Formats: sequence, C-alpha cells, structure tokens
Amino acid sequence: MLGGMSNSTPNGPRPAAAPDRGAYWRINLRYLAVLLTIWFAVSYGAGILFVEQLNAFTLPGTSFPLGFWFAQQGSIYVFVALIFVYVVLMNRLDRRFEVDEDEGEVGRAASAPDGEAPA
Amino acid sequence: MNVQAWTFVLVGLSFALYIGIAVWSRARSTKDFYVAGTGVGPLANGMATAADWMSAASFISMAGIVSFLGYDGSVYLMGWTGGYVLLALLLAPYLRKFGAFTVPDFVGDRYYSQTARVVAVICAIAVSFTYVAGQMRGVGVVFSRFLEVPIELGVVIGMGIVFFYAVLGGMKGITYTQVAQYCVLIFAFMVPAIFLSLMMAGTPIPQLGFGGVDPSTGVPLIEKLNGLHTELGFAAYTSGAKSTLDVFAITAALMVGTAGLPHVIIRFYTVPRVRDARLSAGYALVFIAILYTTAPAIAVFARTNLLETVRDAPYAAVPEWFTKWEETGLLTFTDSNADGLIQYVGPDAVDAAGVPITNELTVDRDIMVLANPEISGLPDWVVGLVAAGGLAAALSTAAGLLLVVSSAVSHDLLKRGLRPDISEKGELIAARIAAGVAVVIAGWLGINPPGFVAEVVALAFGLAASSFFPVILLGIFTKRMNREGAIAGMISGIGFTTAYIVWFKFIDPAANTADNWWFGISPEGIGTIGMLINFAVAVTVSRFTPPPPRAVANMVEDIRVPRGAREAHEISA
Repeated sequence: MLGGMSNSTPNGPRPAAAPDRGAYWRINLRYLAVLLTIWFAVSYGAGILFVEQLNAFTLPGTSFPLGFWFAQQGSIYVFVALIFVYVVLMNRLDRRFEVDEDEGEVGRAASAPDGEAPA
Repeated sequence: MNVQAWTFVLVGLSFALYIGIAVWSRARSTKDFYVAGTGVGPLANGMATAADWMSAASFISMAGIVSFLGYDGSVYLMGWTGGYVLLALLLAPYLRKFGAFTVPDFVGDRYYSQTARVVAVICAIAVSFTYVAGQMRGVGVVFSRFLEVPIELGVVIGMGIVFFYAVLGGMKGITYTQVAQYCVLIFAFMVPAIFLSLMMAGTPIPQLGFGGVDPSTGVPLIEKLNGLHTELGFAAYTSGAKSTLDVFAITAALMVGTAGLPHVIIRFYTVPRVRDARLSAGYALVFIAILYTTAPAIAVFARTNLLETVRDAPYAAVPEWFTKWEETGLLTFTDSNADGLIQYVGPDAVDAAGVPITNELTVDRDIMVLANPEISGLPDWVVGLVAAGGLAAALSTAAGLLLVVSSAVSHDLLKRGLRPDISEKGELIAARIAAGVAVVIAGWLGINPPGFVAEVVALAFGLAASSFFPVILLGIFTKRMNREGAIAGMISGIGFTTAYIVWFKFIDPAANTADNWWFGISPEGIGTIGMLINFAVAVTVSRFTPPPPRAVANMVEDIRVPRGAREAHEISA
C-alpha cells in the first residue's frame, strides 16, 4: 500500500543526494515563512486588526477608506500575487536542486497542452 | 422576447452545452472517473476549480450578504479567497506528488490506518452532503423564480443534468463541464455588474467604480452610502458590528476550511505535474478573484440603489420587480403605521421627535444579485443570463461534491476497505452507481430542504477546518506525526466543533448570542478553535506514542520534492 508512492521514482535514479534535499526543504520553508507573513499582514493585519486605524486614510486616487479597501479588495489582489511569486520561486528552486519534472520521460509525458482534449 | 423567453433560451442553450461536453468526455477507467486521467492542463484546471468552488452561495448570495453586512461581509471575501494561498503553498503540490485519488486515500496511507481512513471518509461525506443540499435548493429557487416552474420540477431537471454528466463522465466529464460553467457564470455575473457600474459610477470597471464618485453629484459613492445608512439608523457601511476577535476567527475558519474541503483538494489531483498543481491554484484564484472583487462593488451599488428606491416610497407606486419578489416571499412589507409609505430603517432610527421608527420591510439577501438587473432596469436578456449563471454555479459545485461522495464509497470504502479484490470494471460501475444514488439523495434534500441549510454550511467549513487541514498539514510538514496523534487530533477537533455548533444552532438557539459564546467567538468562527485543538492534541499524543514506520518517513521525504510525480498511484494496475 505504502509502496505505491514511496518508490514512485522508477524512471531514473535520484540525482539529488540527501543533504541537497535538506537544503531544498529549508529554502522552501523560508519562502513559505516570508510569503505567509505577507498573507497574514494584508488580511488579518490591515483588513482586520488595524482596519480602524487605516480607515483614517484613503487609498490614493480613490475614495476608498484604506482599511476597508484592504478587507474587500487589496488583500485578494495580494493573495493572487503571492501564489504566482511562489510558483516562480519554486520553479527556479526545483531546477537549481534538480528536483524539477522537466527531465527525460517525465517532461515529455507531462507536456500536454492546456485544455487538452479528453481522448 | 420577454424575460421568460430569454431565460428559457439561455438556460436551454447552456444545458445543451453541458450535455454535449458530457457525451464527448466519457470516463473509460477509474483513473478517468476519479482524477480525469491526470491530464487536465493548469489553465483548464484553474477554471474548473473556480467553478467547482464558486457555488450558488457565491453567485447568488454573497454580494447580497456583503451588501447587508457592509464591512463585516469582508470575512467572506477574504475567507473564501485567502484559503487558496494555503492550498497553493502548503497542500496542493505535495498532495499531487503523493498522487492519490481521494482525500481519505492520503489520510489512510500517510497514517497507515484504516481507522483514520474511515474517519476521513465520514468527514468527507458529511461535508459534501451538507453542501450539496444548499446547491440543489439554489437550483430550485432559480427555476421557480425565473421559469415559474414548481421548485420540485426545477430540482428534478437540475438533478437530471448533473446525473447525466457526473455519472457518465466522472471527474473527466465534470472538469470540462465546469470549464464551460465557469465561462457562463462569470459572464453572467460581470454583465450586470458592468452595466451597474456605468450607471452608478460612470466607469465600466466595477472594482474602480465603487471607489469612485457619483457622476451627477461628485460625492464619493462609499461616503454617500455611509450617509444613507446613518440617516436611516443603520451602522455605517464601512464599520462593522462584529467584534474584532470574531471577525478574525470567522475569516480564519473560512480560509482553513477552504483549504480542507475535499472537493477543492481533489481538483489538484487532476493535473499532470506538481508544478501544474501550484500554477493551477494561482489561475483558480485569478478566476475566483474576478468575481470576488466585483461582488463588494455590486454590494455597494445594489445597497445604494435599494435604499434610494424604497426609502419612504409610497407602497402603491412600487416598481414591478417589487411586487414580483413579494410573491416569492423573499420580500415582505407590513405597513405597521398605516401611512402607505415604506419605512426601511435600521435599529437606531428615530423620527424628528426622537421616537423610534419601526422597520416595515424585510429583504432576503439572495434577492440582491437575482433582482439587480430588474431593479436597475437592465435589458431582459441580462435577467435571463443571470438565471443561467446561477444555475451554472449551483450545478458545477453540486457535481464536484457528488464526485467526492461517490469516490469515497467506491474507492475508499470498497476498493481500499471492504472489497480490495474488486476489478477495475467493477469499481467503475460501483463509482457510477454511487454517483447516481448521491444525485438522488441530493435531489431529495433539495426538494425537502432541512430548515437549517444556511446553518449547516458553517458546520461544513468548521468540520473541514478542524479535521482535514491540520492532519494533512502535519502529515506533510512533520515526519514524526503518527497514526495515534492524527486520529486523536481529528476526533477531538471535529468533536469540539460539532458540539459547539450543534449546541448553539440546534439545542439552545436562544443562547446564540455574543454574551454566551466562548471568548465571543460565534459558531461560524469556532472551526478556528477546533483546528487549534486538533493541532495541539495531535502533537501532544504523537509525542507519547511510537513514531511512524520507516516507510512512512521515506514517503514524506519523497512527497516534498516534485520529481517523479508522473502519475496518480494505481494500487491494482
């Protein structure tokens, strides 16, 4: 049962040695810490805890009270940006540690285009 | 053509499209049925996830809720989007690498325990059925209001459509139908929003419009609405009535609940690679954010529009939509002071002499989106379009939920539990039968809705937040978390959350006030505490019980890196 996924690398030797994977994981955790801090700050921080204080200001160029804007608009825009930043960071990190999915059979098998017709 | 003819045409066309897609994308294997053969591109998966996620509640109710709650409505806007950050960063890539078919699959394998699997199956089915009842009711409401057919018939038609593509196509049929449904629903949501924004703020972009000014007077719209609210005795629109701690807890429960909902999680099993799982979470949130950033704009426009239309208006001269919605019972007016005028006022309203004024009008929040095109006098085809959009939102979510139920039965209970020797073909048949039965039960719930649909939604999020999220997160980020910890954590988290909600919602609803809540946290937000309890119990128990076997630790190592995630694992194949 467990074997089903723990040995799911039959198509090639593992190129990255154990210490590399440790470093990869630590960098990943650092990215997560930074991005989730921003996630917390824009929603729970600006949108909830400090909303009254921020409402004393308006978003430049509009008539939005700033805290209200974070709660109903700004936080959502930041959420979207955070995910795409993470995608870029992780794709780069995967290549750097050679744990990405673009080599050999893996890359070819998975290169189906978007909206591929279900055969 | 009148409104009804337009509605028939647009709803009929959209249904024909869904059926066409279902025929074209039949499932041929269990892998097709459960995870669409893991061949869905990230963009298509993003759209399908968005449609899967945005239910009748998002489409029909949310703008209305925000419209009535003002700032407090932010909990839904942030709560139902912020969860995607957690999904993309903490869960989706690792679960895709693990390559399961269902959520209980992961829980059962990671915690090497049938007990854990069964607890997860029960949670998945409970969460999905509570949700689906609400979707079917949404279908019934749209049909009865726009097509003037009885609610029962509306539900049966909706069931028939879902039955057709869910049973035939499984995840594969559902995915490509959801892509089409996303397009229908977002178009239907945006067209009236753009019209409204042009009317109220003079710009076609609602997100900018609601921070803009009234083109005729130059007064900022938000300021104008705050003014109206104060005059009529409501709290200012941009300030909330809920306590900060409660807002905090509800937002967290919704975010974490989102990340723990099985029908959302399984969408990330359908993409080819780990990197696609991350990317498709990003696309999904973009597609969701289009609606979620427009909804608060509609809320402001609609609220202003409503207040200006009904404020002290003579009842004899109300517009046609007012009477039509009165017939549905979603709008009621009692002329308590018999002056023939509509007094729509908040709790703080007083007249010139300081005497409190009685409110005479109750407006169901669901009307705000459905009636908006009529209230604003938009063309008839827009009204029909909104009906088609509401149905698309309800049907797409219902289908996703039904798939969770069917795979929990055929895969987790039969294949991985009671009947491990079942053949591929037998499992596929079992999955189709389970989906069929689930559709019928969902339809029955839609026709005989439990009187507490709205309340159980809180329970669904609470359950997901306090059960799945901590267990999955700990399963990925710690190697030490073991079977005993996970089971104890899930049971205490769910147990606490269910008890709290059941107590305040069903056993002693009269006590459901802020004074009686623990720490002032409402039943909607209690999932956050349940989640913390789950984490604390799981970590504590795991410290005093044996660590997981070596194979599990290896598996955790393996899911942390993307390489090698070519296929969903197939135990029997």
